[in-house]
Amino acid sequence: MVSPVGASEASDNGRGRQVTEPWWISLIKAAVIVNLVMVAFAYTTWLERKLLGRMQNRYGPNRAGPYGLLQPFADLIKLIRKESFFPIAAREPLYIAAPIISMFTALAAFAVIPFGAGWKIWHWHVNGEIANVSIALILIFALGSIGVYGPIVGGWASESKYSLLGSMRTCAQLVSYEVSLALSVLGVVLMGQSLNLVDIVNKQGATIWFFIPQFAGLLVFFFAMIAETSRPPFDLPEADTELVAGYHTEYGGMRWGLFQTAEYINLITLSGLAVTLFFGGWRGPYAPLGPLWFVLKVFIFVSVFIWIRASVPRLRYDQLMRFGWKVLLPVATINAVITALLVVWI
Amino acid sequence: MSPQPVDAVKGFAVTFRQLFKKPITQQYPEYKRPVYPRFRGRHRLHRYENGLEKCVGCSLCAAACPADCIRVVAAENGPDNRVSPGERYARIYEINLSRCIFCGYCELACPFDAITLGNEYEISEYSRDDLIYTKDMLLAEPIKKVPVADRDLYDTPIPYYQDHS
Repeated sequence: MVSPVGASEASDNGRGRQVTEPWWISLIKAAVIVNLVMVAFAYTTWLERKLLGRMQNRYGPNRAGPYGLLQPFADLIKLIRKESFFPIAAREPLYIAAPIISMFTALAAFAVIPFGAGWKIWHWHVNGEIANVSIALILIFALGSIGVYGPIVGGWASESKYSLLGSMRTCAQLVSYEVSLALSVLGVVLMGQSLNLVDIVNKQGATIWFFIPQFAGLLVFFFAMIAETSRPPFDLPEADTELVAGYHTEYGGMRWGLFQTAEYINLITLSGLAVTLFFGGWRGPYAPLGPLWFVLKVFIFVSVFIWIRASVPRLRYDQLMRFGWKVLLPVATINAVITALLVVWI
Repeated sequence: MSPQPVDAVKGFAVTFRQLFKKPITQQYPEYKRPVYPRFRGRHRLHRYENGLEKCVGCSLCAAACPADCIRVVAAENGPDNRVSPGERYARIYEINLSRCIFCGYCELACPFDAITLGNEYEISEYSRDDLIYTKDMLLAEPIKKVPVADRDLYDTPIPYYQDHS
């Protein structure tokens, strides 16, 4: 009974399909996807530790379960069972709210990323994304901007100078790179002629995957994405080896875990966004495997991030700022302008 | 010297190549790397071949101990209670291994080579009380044996107490 939507419907715009899906299907899908994303997060940490280990001639986790596969759960149990202490001077409601904000925005952003073409199950139509929003791209960046409040509020509410300095550092980085991140996808929006991610993917199916015409955009997006998710070599917010943990200095247990979870889920979400915008989303050689192609592409993205972490040393802070403002931003702007000119004249 | 971008890519190649190599990690509980022959681990108290204890309860080890982890209470040997060949013997001999720093000064201080540091290093316990080793425990053979590397591999002098005793 499950059949993918054919190519004839590919040109159909997203709003047309939206009305055919009853609300409770979205609800079920949301529950499933949230849990899948959490599992994906858990095994991203596992994959990261394993790959990093092998790249450094170590084994990585291999004690909890076969190949250390139960390691994420062991970590989870450990974090949850930890005493949740916090500084006596901390501003309690905000201190508790900060990791929740980070986590919420990270998870919510995944709602608009399409992972399949949509299916017909019995006589209901099921869309390949949780929410088909016509301004999905803007929604993701808006949620990302709200997500910056996590580090800001968390660092400030901890009432510790290390946290405050760390959160200032984090904010400066996140805000700087958000500009480039948003500008870098402008070319894609111009070529796809929509802010709806489903439309953008369908447009790529009809023409060409956008990483070829938008290669400069992809590069800027890629670097800005590493910085936005504060992954090495742009992991100044944490900088495990040289600075006091940063904005989450005063966090412990699962509250700290939530910040970490948010970071990894942001990584997965932005990888999904990159796949959607530049690599044709769920599209692949064999159409019925839609979500699998999506997962495979995201997996490759995440692995490349881990590879980068193993290979590149951390930037100095002034290098980070210079790179963001003097390299990425001009390149993104020029790319957007040139794309606009080409789209108008060709 | 190649330009910087080329070097950066080379770095990626290096990390990628490691993926297909066998990790050099030694998997500890399964594989125990042999310790150096003079590795200073858990203490042992020794006896003479006729069964008498070498320790005469002089407390020099306790005096030499920088961590102050040895407690010796001596008692007189009697005709019906002969524990050591000297005048006195150690009625209580305790080492608090949670404080011991395994420096081996007790070994150096001992005039009768009664105490030496063995090779056993797997001495963790769930309770601190269990780390206070009494005389019986120190006199007995250690329960867990650790592999010790062949002495011939190293230029190690054979200690006096292993040569003559």
